[in-house]
Amino acid sequence: MSGRRAASTRPDLRFYMTRGQHHGKRSHGWMGIHRGHRARPLEWCAEKFIFLVSLSAILMVFLIFIFVAREAMPIFLGQMNSALVLPMIAPGDIDKLKPAELRAYLNLSEKQFAAMDKETLQSLLEVKAEAQNEIPEEFRNDPDAKLNTTEWRYMIQPRQWNGYDKPEYIWQPVGQIKKYNLVPLIVGSLKSTLIGLLFAVPLAVGAAIYVSQLARPRVREVVKPVIEMLSGIPSVVVGFFALLVMATVLQSLFGYQTRLNAFVAGIALSFAVIPLVFSIAEDALTSVPRSYTQAALALGASRWQTAWQIVLPAALPGVFAAVVLGFGRAIGETMIVLMVCSASVMSWSIFDSARSITTTIAAEMAEAVNGGPHYRILFMLGAVLFAVTFVANMIGDLVMHRLKQKLEGKR
Amino acid sequence: MKTLSKSSLVLAAVLTAGASFAGSITVKGSDTLVILAQKWAETYMGKNSSVKIQVSGGGSGIGFAALQNQATDLCDASRKIKASEIEACIKAFNKRPTEYKVAVDGLSVYVSADNPIKEITVDQLAQIFTGKIKNWKEVGGNDAPITVYSRENSSGTYEFFKEHVLKGRDFTASAQTMPGTAAVLQAVAKDKSGIGYGGAAYGAGAKHVAVKRDDASPAIDPTEENVLAQKYPIWRYLYVYVNPALDKGEVAAYLNWIRSDEGQKIVKDVGYFPLPAQLREK
Repeated sequence: MSGRRAASTRPDLRFYMTRGQHHGKRSHGWMGIHRGHRARPLEWCAEKFIFLVSLSAILMVFLIFIFVAREAMPIFLGQMNSALVLPMIAPGDIDKLKPAELRAYLNLSEKQFAAMDKETLQSLLEVKAEAQNEIPEEFRNDPDAKLNTTEWRYMIQPRQWNGYDKPEYIWQPVGQIKKYNLVPLIVGSLKSTLIGLLFAVPLAVGAAIYVSQLARPRVREVVKPVIEMLSGIPSVVVGFFALLVMATVLQSLFGYQTRLNAFVAGIALSFAVIPLVFSIAEDALTSVPRSYTQAALALGASRWQTAWQIVLPAALPGVFAAVVLGFGRAIGETMIVLMVCSASVMSWSIFDSARSITTTIAAEMAEAVNGGPHYRILFMLGAVLFAVTFVANMIGDLVMHRLKQKLEGKR
Repeated sequence: MKTLSKSSLVLAAVLTAGASFAGSITVKGSDTLVILAQKWAETYMGKNSSVKIQVSGGGSGIGFAALQNQATDLCDASRKIKASEIEACIKAFNKRPTEYKVAVDGLSVYVSADNPIKEITVDQLAQIFTGKIKNWKEVGGNDAPITVYSRENSSGTYEFFKEHVLKGRDFTASAQTMPGTAAVLQAVAKDKSGIGYGGAAYGAGAKHVAVKRDDASPAIDPTEENVLAQKYPIWRYLYVYVNPALDKGEVAAYLNWIRSDEGQKIVKDVGYFPLPAQLREK
């Protein structure tokens, strides 16, 4: 019973389940207000307020996206230069330069340049020269020292850097020659997310079928809240548990070499994903009309057959929504992956370590030089993540819509 | 336009000056230093009740950004300021920030307590952490593959280790990066084939390996005498940076106190090493 009530109060699910049914039947007045009777002033205010809050949510999403995109833009446009050795102007040559040349070299805006006296400009030149002079000799002569490593080909394709035996994908954003290859991070994110989903989805959907269709009411009253309580555990606690206990147990079970790896991270991630997928899938399954079940049972189907062949297919759009949201949760989860595994090794093996995009952003943002190439690339990773979840949700929504239409016999 | 920006500059100067006269100092920066900075602040405020000191962490990079934006008076850093950050400071307030060394930190190399290794050379360390040496038997241990534990590349410790031990070469890609020194220790304590590095003050659960500068030199333990006598090869300074325009009055007094014998005593309590006598403030 409580499950059914939950289903009707969960806004996102109701949106998925009933969208399209009420269109055209109800007219919407200004700002969504249309009633048979006049609203009381307080109700009117409350409704306006809620409307404004929802508007501000949309605005926030938009603003966040603008902010991330703005910070990442110089990378997309190829305006950053991360080369170690740059052409240098000796500080003594300040008088030989035209103001425009000097301004371009120091990367100043007109206004900044106009506000500076000669002494300040001189000290800026000195700092630039010092930075170049501090480069150790072996790196000055390194064939990679003049490369702008923020170019797309260095961020996507493998490269044989000086000192490596073969072309490799390297993420080493701090050091003399900064290597910003994104592929290990993307692979790392996908690896732990997919393992997490592979583990979580069958368990969560299975549990949802059991709880909503097969379990006795008393069992359901216990199992459902307990699984949902999992989502109340802070992810940092799950991460700590995985780091200290699960990693050791799993290593002794499977006997692999690297103690902290994508496999452990995936399993730990599934702790975060299971309650979410379970809860939404359970709601979807519970809200399949009783008459379906009753009809199937009346025709002589067993309870298992009813659950598998009647209720699950009918609830498929909702279950699919659960999986898509689970994917979003898993790929966006930071703390668990951060604590369990974070070596940026390029490998598809699940028993090797992995470094996810979220981990990278969370761990490296604090020390990145403000406005520098590393900082911009981290923002670009954020934009990539945003795009991935956005596209996943879009595809999920589309597929769900189709499934629904198919189930309703509209196509 | 020009007068406007000038007057706003004056206003900003008056405001910040007002803030420091009122006896309020903000400190921001390195997480390595945050506990020490808090201890300093507490003790100093206990002695001078007119001064309020606010300490927050976030990372050296965050601290330098705040210093540029003049959102903080002092910036804690576990690494030297970078040229690009000096540039940004000059662009913001026309001067280089002043650098003060405030403490010394020795870096230990940890292995599991079950590991028979007792000493190691700096060169072997470099080869292990860059992935050239992959098995313990190559450095005189058991026949077991080495698991390398490192720190996040945002950590000043990471950068220091990379510059001074690896000589600027890259860490091996399979190095596990841990979110803190305690996590490195935890992992090494649980992993018989693990090796990690971190502050010498930490240490429960794992074994500190004695480090040799090269094959011929003696193996040195990371104890206070050895670090301060500069016998132990892996150590660094910790810094505080300040906008020279603010380095007066309360701020200057506080900075002097930090580097006095009294302030340096607290360094020891927190687990770092005090400055050598010639660098202290009388």
